[in-house]
Amino acid sequence: MAVPEDRAAKSSAAEFSQRHDPDQVETGRELLSDSDVGRTIARMAHQIIEKTALDSGDPQVARVVLIGIPTRGTTLAHRLAGRIEEFSGVRPAIGSLDITLYRDDLRSKPHRPLERTSVPEGGVEDALVVLVDDVLFSGRTVRSALDGLRDLGRPRAVQLAVLIDRGHRELPIRADYVGKNVPTARTEDISVLLREHDGRDGVYLRQEGDTQ
Amino acid sequence: MKHLLSVTDLDRETANGLLDEAERFEQALLGREVKKLPTLRGRTVMTVFFENSTRTRVSFEVAGKWMSADVINVSASSSSVSKGESLRDTALTLHAAGADALIVRHPASGAAHQIARWFNEMDEASSGYAGPGPAIINAGDGTHEHPTQALLDALTLRQRLGDLEGKRVVLVGDILHSRVARSNAFLLSTLGAEVVLVSPRTLLPVGVEAWPVRVSDSLDAELPGADAVMMLRVQAERMNGGFFPSAREYSIRYGLSERRMKMLDDHAVVLHPGPMLRGMEIGFSVADSPKAAVLQQVNNGVHMRMAVLFRLLVGTDEVVA
Repeated sequence: MAVPEDRAAKSSAAEFSQRHDPDQVETGRELLSDSDVGRTIARMAHQIIEKTALDSGDPQVARVVLIGIPTRGTTLAHRLAGRIEEFSGVRPAIGSLDITLYRDDLRSKPHRPLERTSVPEGGVEDALVVLVDDVLFSGRTVRSALDGLRDLGRPRAVQLAVLIDRGHRELPIRADYVGKNVPTARTEDISVLLREHDGRDGVYLRQEGDTQ
Repeated sequence: MKHLLSVTDLDRETANGLLDEAERFEQALLGREVKKLPTLRGRTVMTVFFENSTRTRVSFEVAGKWMSADVINVSASSSSVSKGESLRDTALTLHAAGADALIVRHPASGAAHQIARWFNEMDEASSGYAGPGPAIINAGDGTHEHPTQALLDALTLRQRLGDLEGKRVVLVGDILHSRVARSNAFLLSTLGAEVVLVSPRTLLPVGVEAWPVRVSDSLDAELPGADAVMMLRVQAERMNGGFFPSAREYSIRYGLSERRMKMLDDHAVVLHPGPMLRGMEIGFSVADSPKAAVLQQVNNGVHMRMAVLFRLLVGTDEVVA
């Protein structure tokens, strides 16, 4: 019993740390280059427009709200919103939901500082909410976000957009929009670099413990 | 961080971190339909008040409840203290009953420290109880300290004035009996502010020379150039002799009247930890003016206490490799 528990703790610790040192990432295998990231976000924006019909002008269609999970999910939500506006002329409202206060592992993990939370303009009541995160892994973060969302109001529907889906789900959760599916081992680590935080875009895969 | 007993335990980084976190709690609750976070679900927070209080107890209670903790209020009059039970036995009882945090207010200076010491001794002797004792939060001990009040005052000042580095804060009134003044003087100087005390000589504590403050006699001389004025309550209940000739004279020399308020810069803030004695320490119109941040202080109190409970009750100290 001890071994899988230990592994689970380790892998969610990797998910926990969202800060990557761009210099150390160099050693990892490049999954998406700088230009790939831009293209992937553009494709996801097109998919969101298609699936939500947010530019149809039909009053029956739900208002679309993007809610990012800090820190990189929020940045991605802003980028997606920019592209959606560019392609469709409609700019969805953006919010940010820190899930720290909703995590179920608070007692067993070191203290982690809170990130910014902001409720989107107009709230989430009766809207189509698209949660945005960088990496989908165990699904626990998304579960926490769903709990958090419930306290913000009652959306008409909730969808999930992630840049990378690396598998290893521990909960029955799947993404509606996926930038790239990456089969990984639990011992591997995905690093998402975004210009706003790291100076450049890119996604890297590396063995946990490599050069760290 | 296990307990919050004194602001002198906080370095600048920790103190600023707590203020940031309080602001994040405010943001997290803004515009919400349901003001309830599951963060402290299953944790038991007990407030143990041997002295009366509205603001502090209520804001700790609200903070705990908004984070889904089970909050139990124990007051001296409704507990076995009124039958003569000692502080130690009361504290041990609450420990044994399963408190995760004890928020202690006591008329004796050092009471919270003493409880923390008893728990540590017990922990070392491992005398029958499993695990370490609850986190202790000092919610005011005699004339000694009131750390969460100082933190919420610092938060209010930071919201009104920006970074506190180099800002001049004047504390006025009964410094001797004021734990708020003591905690504020130390915390504000940790945060880089310049602290000036204005008080009758009889109401200055022994050893004030060792504080990181400047002492002044004249309120009129200090008001121009002050970024903030913090009025203190005259604590008649702690006074066992004549500390000043009359309430009227005190009011004339140390009260913040309308005339004095005009001497303040436009951006200056007036704070009061409450309860206010209007007409004596602070003019009626001054207390209600836009410069006064009294209700903002109370509002910040809830978020500040959420941040403190979060810091003390959530997360392990060991860093996961």
